[in-house]
Parts: sequence; structure tokens; C-alpha cells
Amino acid sequence: MITVIDYKAGNLTSVLKTLKHLGAEAIVTDGDLSLVESAERIVLPGVGHFAATQRLDATGLTGAIRAAIARGVPFLGICVGMQWLYAGSTEAPQQPGLGCFVESCTRFAESSEKVPHVGWNSLAVRNGSRLLKNVEPGEFVYFTHSYKGPVTSDTAAVTHYIEPFAAAVERGNVMGVQFHPEKSGETGLKILRNFLEWETN
Amino acid sequence: MLTKRIIACLDVHAGRVVKGVQFVDLIDAGDPATQAARHAREGADEIVLLDITATHEGRQTLLDTVRRTALELFVPFCVGGGIKSARDAEQVFEAGADKVSINSAALADPFLISAIGASFGAQAVVVAIDARRDPEAADPVREAQVFVHGGRKPVGRRVVEWACEAEDRGAGEILLTSMDADGTRAGFDCELTAAVSEAVSIPVIASGGAGTVAHFADVFSRGKAHAALAASVFHFGVSTSRSLKEELAEAGVPVRLPC
Repeated sequence: MITVIDYKAGNLTSVLKTLKHLGAEAIVTDGDLSLVESAERIVLPGVGHFAATQRLDATGLTGAIRAAIARGVPFLGICVGMQWLYAGSTEAPQQPGLGCFVESCTRFAESSEKVPHVGWNSLAVRNGSRLLKNVEPGEFVYFTHSYKGPVTSDTAAVTHYIEPFAAAVERGNVMGVQFHPEKSGETGLKILRNFLEWETN
Repeated sequence: MLTKRIIACLDVHAGRVVKGVQFVDLIDAGDPATQAARHAREGADEIVLLDITATHEGRQTLLDTVRRTALELFVPFCVGGGIKSARDAEQVFEAGADKVSINSAALADPFLISAIGASFGAQAVVVAIDARRDPEAADPVREAQVFVHGGRKPVGRRVVEWACEAEDRGAGEILLTSMDADGTRAGFDCELTAAVSEAVSIPVIASGGAGTVAHFADVFSRGKAHAALAASVFHFGVSTSRSLKEELAEAGVPVRLPC
């Protein structure tokens, strides 16, 4: 059973529909901690403002997710769900993230390019990524965001827009993607399939 | 590298895809779900479904169409037409849309833009603007008259000032249709598109007038568009997004290939 976390940050329909298409059984919770405690996998979607993650703290989901991750439950954060894995974001400086990754997310630097970064951009995948297994150099995924995580040793894929940023992070059972795999055609389906097939070592 | 998006647009009337010239003389062009899936398979980067004659009775038909279309679609999916309230938008999102496009309702009640954005994020709100150059204005392009979708009377707004207000209120993208060019297959209005794109920091989707590959290349360079929408060019087997993108790639336009 996949537990999909609802913290009222956008629409879950696309993610649920895609998980179902891939044969996964998903259940949604906006605060039932037992569904996090019994989860075989956890997906945290989310679009919009980083401040919305405050609801995860208010409902106790933050602690339950932290415990599940510590137990080795595979976790995938999507978009703001990935940003939440960091210490925080300059979008809502008062709101802490989970802190799995010590860095913070920041807004794209001012430039002549448009912000938000919207559209299909390519991935440069680091060797050994399990989440991005079989994703070939230059495959495209769909982004829509104004904030992003920095490139570090935990970065699983780098994308260039204004500057290089973390398109995906991966450390053990903790994974995040800045793009929307549920909206990224065959490449996105492949990545979600990798997550669904991810097995604890 | 961020690529230029080719967006397949399906104008839908009473649950069927239709195509008209300058919003009249509609021709049947198939089933929306089938057409959307085909466009995605053939390389479209995004699908827009515009319910062009939305009526109260037609809402349920539209929601059913959206649900059916979204089911097997794994690229961004935008739905417009007849969305008058945050509740209407919510129903369309629940049916499986990723974005809504609002036009006349945003003009009538600009707060709707931020109301939808607050619940679903700015990326989910596309403000559609239909504009026609105003030859009597000091700047006929920047001061192009804004029309209600499909309407015949200008609403008293000018294209650049309205696009800027839409951005300020939290629109995620602008879908700009040139009513002069729409349906002519004679090319996009690049001056109009560039005027809006230069005035806002959000992406601008150009619409109206696509007929040849060169038209797309032109609106991406001269028109400064981030995406281009096409309907008639894809119908009746004229061309696919993939072949269009292959030709654009040869012309040096960054596009998602292979797709």
C-alpha cells in the first residue's frame, strides 16, 4: 500500500491516477498517522507555496514521516514535497523542512529568463541512481516551479535553468524530484515505476 | 535546456472536438479523449481542452469529457471554458485537469485568479486573453483590445495592461490568442505576442494563426513565446507534433525530442 500525503497543497488527482495506472494501490491521508505508520511506501506531492508544509507539522505527519523514513520506508517527495526534504526554503523562512538534506531551497536568481521555470527540460543523471535507473542522458521531464534545491553529493540528477539545480535527490530510501513524474510522459512513468519497485537493501 | 512547448488544443463543443474559423463555422473533428491521447502519443508537450460553448447543461458533459481524457494522459492537461468560480475550477481539477484556463470570468472578477491560485497554486491558473489589434490606438499592438472568448464586443481592457494585472494577481501563464490571426493559418501575431511576453515574467503561450513550421519558429524567436498552441494544423492528419518538432529542431529551436 502506498500512502499519499495530502496537506492541501494542490491537486492529488494526477498523482493518484498515475499510481493506479502503474498498478499501485494508493490511499490518501491528511492526518491519519496510522496510515503513515503502516505505509509500505510514502509519496508526498505538493505544488504551490512552501508555507503549506506547515500543515504537516500541525497534523503530526512530520513526526510520523520522519519515523517511517528511519524505518527504511521508501519515500518520494514531488515538487514542494521534494523541497520539504531540505532544511527549509527562502519562500517561507519561518517554516522548517524535514531537514534530511541540510541545505535550503532558494528562488532562481534574477535574470532575463522567466521565473517560474515552466516546461520540459532535460536531466543529467548521476551514475548509480536507483530512482532514475534507465533514464537516458537528455530525457525530458516537466517542471513548474520558482524555488529549487542546490546541487550537492545527494543530487541524483541536475537540470540547467538560469543555473544548475537539483532536479532529483536521493539518499538511501529518501528520494525527491523537483519535476512532475506524473506529467512527464514515458520518462515520468519509468521513474515512478522505479520508485514502486525500489526495495530496501 | 528548457524547450519550447508545442501544445495541442482541442476546441470542444457538446463533448466533441470541433474547429472553426474565427470562432464560427464549426466542423466535427473527433472524440476529445481519443484525440488527446493521439496528440500525446504523437509528441505534443501539453494538451489544452477548451469548451467553446460551455453552458450550464453542458457542465456535466464537460466534466465527463475531462475525466475520460485525463485517465490515460501523462502530460500536462489544461481545461478552459465556462469556469466561472473557484468551485467550477475545483470540479475540473478533481476530474483530472492540471491547469484551468480562465478568460471572461477573470475579466468579470479578477479576484478569481488569486482565489484559484490560493487553493491549487499559481502554476494551475492560466489566464486566457483574446485580443485584436486596435488600429485607432496610439500603440495598436500593446493597446490591442481584449475580447471575451468568442465575443464580438471589446470589454474595454488593453492587452498589455490586462496581462500585467493577471500576473500581479497570481496567474501562472498567459494564453494569448490573436483574434486577427486565429483560423487564418497565415502565421501568429508575433508583435502582439512579443509585446505581452516582454511585459510579464510568466510564460506566454501564443495562439492563433499557425499554418506552417516557419510560423512556429517565428513566434518562438520574434514573438518571444514560450509555448505555442495549435489546433487546425494538427487536425485532419496535416501534421503531428513530432514531425513539427523535428523540423523545428532542424531550424535550431530547442524542443523535446525524442518524444
